[in-house]
Amino acid sequence: MTNIPETGRTPRVQIRLVVIQILVLSLLGTLGGRLWYLQIREGDAYAKEASGNHVQQVVEPAVRGSILDARGVPLADNETRLVVSASRTDLLKMKDDGKAVLAKLAKVLGMPAKDVLLKVRLCDAKTPQPCWNGSPYQPIPITDEATPKQALQIRERAEDFPGITAEPEAVRRYAAPGKSNTAQVLGYLSPVTDEEITKAQDTDSPYLRSDQVGRSGLERQYDKALRGKAGVTRYEVDNLGRVIGQAEADEAQPGANLVTSIDARVQRVAEYELNDAMKIARTQFDKITGENYKADSGAVVVMEAKTGRIVAMASAPTYDPNVWVGGISAKDYKKLTGKNSDYPLLNRAIQGQSAPGSTFKVVSTAAALEAGYEWDGGYPCTSSYSVGGQVFKNFEGESFGPISLGRALEVSCDTVFYGLADREWKKDGGINPKKGEPKDYFYKTAHQFGLGKPTGIDLPNEVTGRVPDRQWKQDYWKANKDSWCKTGKKDGTYVEKIAYENCLEGNKMREGDSINYSIGQGDTLVTPIQEAKIYGALANGGTMYEPTIGKAIVSADGRTVQEIKPKAVGRLPIDQASLKGMDTALEGVVTRGTAAWKFGGWPQDKIPLHAKTGTAEVYGKQTTSWLATYSKDYTVIMTIAQAGTGSGASGEAVRSIYNALYGVSDDGTINKKNALLPTPEKSLPKIRTDGTIKSPKIAKDPAKDQRASQQSAPEPNETQPAATVNTPTAGNRDTRRRRRKRGSRRMLT
Amino acid sequence: MTGANSFQVSGYGPARAGWTRLLARDSLARRLDWPILFSALALSMIGSVLVFSATRNRTEINQGDPYYFLIRHLMNTGIGFALMIGVVWVGHRTLRTAVPLLYGASVFLILLVLTPLGSTVNGAHSWIVLGGGFSLQPSEFVKITIILGMAMLLAARVDAGDKPYPDHRTVLQALGLAAVPMLIVMLMPDLGSVMVMVIIVLGLLLASGASNRWVFGLLGAGTLGAVAVWQLGVLDEYQIARFAAFANPSLDPAGVGYNTNQARIAIGSGGLTGSGLFHGSQTTGQFVPEQQTDFVFTVAGEELGFVGAGLIIVLLGIVLWRACRIARETTELYGTIVAAGIVAWFAFQAFENIGMTLGIMPVTGLPLPFVSYGGSSMFSVWVAVGLLQSIKVQRPMSA
Repeated sequence: MTNIPETGRTPRVQIRLVVIQILVLSLLGTLGGRLWYLQIREGDAYAKEASGNHVQQVVEPAVRGSILDARGVPLADNETRLVVSASRTDLLKMKDDGKAVLAKLAKVLGMPAKDVLLKVRLCDAKTPQPCWNGSPYQPIPITDEATPKQALQIRERAEDFPGITAEPEAVRRYAAPGKSNTAQVLGYLSPVTDEEITKAQDTDSPYLRSDQVGRSGLERQYDKALRGKAGVTRYEVDNLGRVIGQAEADEAQPGANLVTSIDARVQRVAEYELNDAMKIARTQFDKITGENYKADSGAVVVMEAKTGRIVAMASAPTYDPNVWVGGISAKDYKKLTGKNSDYPLLNRAIQGQSAPGSTFKVVSTAAALEAGYEWDGGYPCTSSYSVGGQVFKNFEGESFGPISLGRALEVSCDTVFYGLADREWKKDGGINPKKGEPKDYFYKTAHQFGLGKPTGIDLPNEVTGRVPDRQWKQDYWKANKDSWCKTGKKDGTYVEKIAYENCLEGNKMREGDSINYSIGQGDTLVTPIQEAKIYGALANGGTMYEPTIGKAIVSADGRTVQEIKPKAVGRLPIDQASLKGMDTALEGVVTRGTAAWKFGGWPQDKIPLHAKTGTAEVYGKQTTSWLATYSKDYTVIMTIAQAGTGSGASGEAVRSIYNALYGVSDDGTINKKNALLPTPEKSLPKIRTDGTIKSPKIAKDPAKDQRASQQSAPEPNETQPAATVNTPTAGNRDTRRRRRKRGSRRMLT
Repeated sequence: MTGANSFQVSGYGPARAGWTRLLARDSLARRLDWPILFSALALSMIGSVLVFSATRNRTEINQGDPYYFLIRHLMNTGIGFALMIGVVWVGHRTLRTAVPLLYGASVFLILLVLTPLGSTVNGAHSWIVLGGGFSLQPSEFVKITIILGMAMLLAARVDAGDKPYPDHRTVLQALGLAAVPMLIVMLMPDLGSVMVMVIIVLGLLLASGASNRWVFGLLGAGTLGAVAVWQLGVLDEYQIARFAAFANPSLDPAGVGYNTNQARIAIGSGGLTGSGLFHGSQTTGQFVPEQQTDFVFTVAGEELGFVGAGLIIVLLGIVLWRACRIARETTELYGTIVAAGIVAWFAFQAFENIGMTLGIMPVTGLPLPFVSYGGSSMFSVWVAVGLLQSIKVQRPMSA
């Protein structure tokens, strides 16, 4: 084999070949190692990244449930609007990112092309509104106010508008049936925030980017039920966002409907009458301030006395809740919340608080009874009550001699309550109470009446009001003494003098404090809803109910109805006999007392009404008027700030509300035909088999109708016995107002 | 070893078929390198499945036929296989004589690419579209031409017994022979192919036993050249961007870094056993571009996992290992050089291709031997397998 050349086998070549072989192996080893690193060691992380890559969610929002009144009339529902939307993924597939299509679309919609372009850009930290903060896979709404003609143009020329859809879509609508507004009770929606999404992520009702969330009122309280559950379809998409498969789909579950105890007609009447009362008050001259009443805010509550269900709740000033639909403009938002606004978003029925004035005397009466005073004891109703150089006067200095507690309540005699409260204060040890617990009947009773804490109504952000008891005084003094002691001067201005006194002994229950307190002046604060709870209990024999607006939650298919039952939360600390006495006394207020001048001609024998007027002093402002009333079935509370006296400001308005409820005309005749709600609505509206709720027709404006029917009452021969209420007597036509005395201490309320 | 017998099985003898002859000790069947053949076939088959997976949904390129690429890949493999048989039949020695013809033809073809007949794909002007869905990438054939041509020159005087090693003159001639087509390919510009060719030339020089000075000199020149290319701005913008993205993948995740990021996500998400054939979401979603060609390895990584992707590396390893053995065991320097050239070619191209999908090499448009879709590449690698087989089954020339 010598002739066989072994030329390829020289040592040099062999060594080099081994080098090549080693090099090759190490290269392959490197690949293997790197492969192991990516797939085995870091595999999970990459798997996660991959799944984020190719799964996209498309959300089909659930139709939000309606809010209905007690008869099924929708207060808040959804209307179908033609929404024109653009699909970003489709637009981005075009050469110019869809700019030409959007420009064409802008022309059809009559919008500036620039606005349309801004609307479809995605929001990020640097992008100001307008921009889209939802999922980029979600169609982006360009307008929800397209006309059918515009929608048709877009749909018929679909090939000219790739990626553009014009679809009818459900948009929230506050229908204002019969012109009722109900704004603060209904609340409003606004888009969900990032924080809320994060917070609700792991709960059983997570938010979606596109969600609208109830921000106040019923929309917020019952948000979870109303919202339903959005349908989520997770699509697998390819690199261009094209759908290549459907991973999972959860069907949308429409939100449940909320049936409330509100009656849209009564609501309208209440709103109308409140507004009218305020308008009239502004024409009235206030002798104390020397100008007309401002009547800048007010509230009215109509509640079923035997259940605590709210039939109407109005707050003034108000606004149109539809401004929130489709996103509120900055200008509108400023109008609602800005410094110069009159804060129409506040529901003053549950968030407005002021001193209760004489309406508080029902509490003081009960306190006196608890403290052991006899109902029929003769308590001196003098024209004034002097204590340590201070003189506390009865309004207009009238005196009635020794009278019973009932009579004191009826004629609203301040000095009777001054005397009782003063005696109790002294019994408790005066300014330096005895060791051990002072009895504090007047304060304890207030707590037992549910004051100083929320009523628990099914509305968010209810305020507590305030009972200025020893504990509160201590806390308040602690928080403020530094500033009081700094600004207080012994011989300074009125404010400085008060600060000086407060600095010295603001933590103590002073005699004047207790005396003031007994007639609902001073630091006491109550809300209209708290008054409704108390007067409702007086009407029904002593049971306090948690006020409720929601009556039932009806699933969208109508199959499950979750009733919200009235909830008794306690009893008034009064025995039945005294309750009866108070009832009679409060009836006396209507027939011959402070409210009588407004209730002349009322068919008291058919529909007995009870009332208590109140006029609360507010430092530096005009007086707040209160009128708390009840019939067998309803309690109506109205308060207007800076409007004078309770009966003066609200008498006609409250009477008109009763007129509407019972169908009473001005001359006292009752016409059942005109009665909106002579007995409370007990049953739920009828639910059809498909889940929709039957709703009766509602008049264009029940308030106007009511006014008309009230005046054009059928003439006499339909013998309705005339009013049992006496013609008003002069001199007692108003709640007691205590003139401001030297040294009287009042906080700004 | 009796020469006569081997001549017969090499195809020159009378066609006396039969199992006895096939299984005889010195028969062709016995001497063929079966591991290489088996591995190459397995890689091609795996490739066909991966190509199918990557293209079955891509209606915009598969003309609505999900099997379009699968069928073509199998056809390419078949043609490649036939070419291999042809090469074995003709023998690498005989091909040596055809080098001038082959050289001329391939240089003509790559020149043709520079004319308006050529087309540009992904920034590289390296294709001749033939129509009917077929196109030619002549730079693939140039690799073979360079291997055969340089091996012929470098081995000629050594195999003749004149010299133990190729002298400087021979080396210069050989380099000159390689330089002409390389320059043309660089003009396309198909930088990836040029890189492969440089490595091939290095491998050839190493195996030829040429002086160390040449080897290191060439390495130095290559480095200098790379620096010069970088500095002088010969590179197109897209090429610089690719390198920048390689150095820092997070640089531009939506742009240049997109390929590498998506490729790595695809492979990484495969895990040990992968998501299952046709179930890779990255693949189905077409997140990785060029997935049936340059990034075919990502399909294996995602759908077959570490097991499947590792198998591809192992099969490539078998081919390379056997090729190295062939290089070492052949008796003629010519065969050694050719085999070593093929090793350098396959090894570097596989490392670069898989390495770029794994994020350890910059992105260049090089196919993965046997696996990637592409006729020219498939034909040339199978021709290379034919050359290896021919070297393996060779019997020394009866002088």
